Amino acid sequence: MASSVSEATSSDAALRRFLHGLPGVDQVGAEQRAAGLGTRSIKTTAKAWAIDLAIRMVDLTTLEGNDTPGKVRALANKAMHPDPLDPTCPSTAAVCVYPDMVATAKKTLGSSGVKVAAVATAFPSGRAAMPVKLADTRDAVAAGADEIDMVIDRGAFLSGRYLEVFEEIVAVKEACGDAHLKVILETGELQTLDSVRRASWLAMMAGGHFIKTSTGKIQPAATLPVSLVMLEAVRDFREATGQMVGYKPAGGIRHSKDAIKYLVMVNEVAGEDWLDPDWFRFGASTLLNDLLMQRNKLKTGAYSGPDYVTLD
Amino acid sequence: MSPSSTTQRLDVKKTYKLYIDGQFPRSESGRSYVVNDSKGKFLANASQASRKDARDAVRAARAAFGGWSGRTAYNRGQVIYRIAEVLEGRRDQFEAELRAAEGISAAMARKFVDASIDRLVFYAGWADKVAQVVGGANPVAGPYFNHSAPEPSGVVAIVAPDRPLMGLISVVAPVITTGNTCVVIASEKYPLPAITLGEVMATSDLPGGVVNVLTGSVAEIAPWLASHLDVNGIDLTGVEDAELAADLEVSAAENLKRVRRPGLEDLVAPPPLDRMTKFLETKTVWHPMGI
Repeated sequence: MASSVSEATSSDAALRRFLHGLPGVDQVGAEQRAAGLGTRSIKTTAKAWAIDLAIRMVDLTTLEGNDTPGKVRALANKAMHPDPLDPTCPSTAAVCVYPDMVATAKKTLGSSGVKVAAVATAFPSGRAAMPVKLADTRDAVAAGADEIDMVIDRGAFLSGRYLEVFEEIVAVKEACGDAHLKVILETGELQTLDSVRRASWLAMMAGGHFIKTSTGKIQPAATLPVSLVMLEAVRDFREATGQMVGYKPAGGIRHSKDAIKYLVMVNEVAGEDWLDPDWFRFGASTLLNDLLMQRNKLKTGAYSGPDYVTLD
Repeated sequence: MSPSSTTQRLDVKKTYKLYIDGQFPRSESGRSYVVNDSKGKFLANASQASRKDARDAVRAARAAFGGWSGRTAYNRGQVIYRIAEVLEGRRDQFEAELRAAEGISAAMARKFVDASIDRLVFYAGWADKVAQVVGGANPVAGPYFNHSAPEPSGVVAIVAPDRPLMGLISVVAPVITTGNTCVVIASEKYPLPAITLGEVMATSDLPGGVVNVLTGSVAEIAPWLASHLDVNGIDLTGVEDAELAADLEVSAAENLKRVRRPGLEDLVAPPPLDRMTKFLETKTVWHPMGI
């Protein structure tokens, strides 16, 4: 398969042949399977375990035009100590910010082990010239970003210029150096699940360490059927090439219950190996508060409220 | 084909569900319990709410609080008056339900329905007057203005007394008229008029979530509301078991809820102001002059 990857990406025609040769997605079947997995009931100790795991998987995100260094510092502190009153509460995986905030986040996080992810390549639209995108990426890496979240050129992808998208991802990966690369497909703009499967394969073949659903700026963002297709893609890719690629749903995951549905799906579709913050992340901001409230509910037996978590 | 005289028309039975966030959902638990009339004959099945229904209701009440408390007091009064208007149009239905539930005479039932409507109008009038009575300008020894103004507490949980319509309106209206939102556990014995009252509220300009009605076991649901950290006050009027009431007060102390203790009360008598003031907080502002 390793040779067939290089073969498939040798020309635009070969790449198109390969991507269009992937089996089609049965949309009704995917929706039904996703809904079925969503009905699993996870309770008591399993729920407590799932909530702590989900906290460890959160990429705590702030991607607003009105972000300030103060807000990023507060967010970074929250990522290190999500529940300041409870030292047993794990930290989140990373904070996710715009490139100009990377230095602030990095300084606050220090050696805590919480990583800094930066969105680069003219996020969220991706509409900029290639040198600008590469400069954006290098800038974030130079400021200390451990992970780069890039967006693909959806216009090129939907027009069928697959090789252009492929080469763009390869170039950005090179600019990343040692930083991990997450490739955002923006599935809300890809129209069909077949496109999602093709884009997933394309991103993985180009060397992305993670494939990520959305920027969070477009509705619909992450959905369960889309996740099913992408998780199948990372599973099949490992079977075919031996390389493991991570998965990150982002946007629209607000409640613990939703997060647990995702964990169930990861376990059932991709496998237990992906139930690890190195291979699965949640791109979210409000989700963390709900996880903390649920955690408190399990600990104290009483329902918690938004007065007892931070506003952000 | 004309309807044949030999076929009997089947009655369309009403399904009594909960009233949460302006909707009428079944209990999340799927449970229901049998409600009998005064003679022990089957009347209907009512939903038996679970702790998760209570949680959903609190979430709805919290979401509705900003909008409801942010309205002008005058407008809140209009909305509560509108509930009375809609209730007036359904007097016959409530009269029949009260007679079935309590086995009282038609005249008595009519009296209770009329008194309930009057009670709503009474509290509608209070909406923009309570601030004048319990707030005001305070005299201070300095060149300052000093004002006190009452503000709603937030989400209030209410255990309604075992009086079908009058009991429910007497505890809910004073709480919402000042801008609070509420989750009320209706009388366990007489849940049906409470849900019908929910239908009245749903069709009378009252935003969804301001009043949420649960039916079921008080002993099961009330402890979850008393310990809920996102509930700001609890009215225990309808708790008859003294031990349960004490436990609820203890749970409520965790986040310093305002508690209205149970006690004998003549609901038909002119109501005291404390039903409104119990769930108000006073904000006092110093306002320097001459700057």
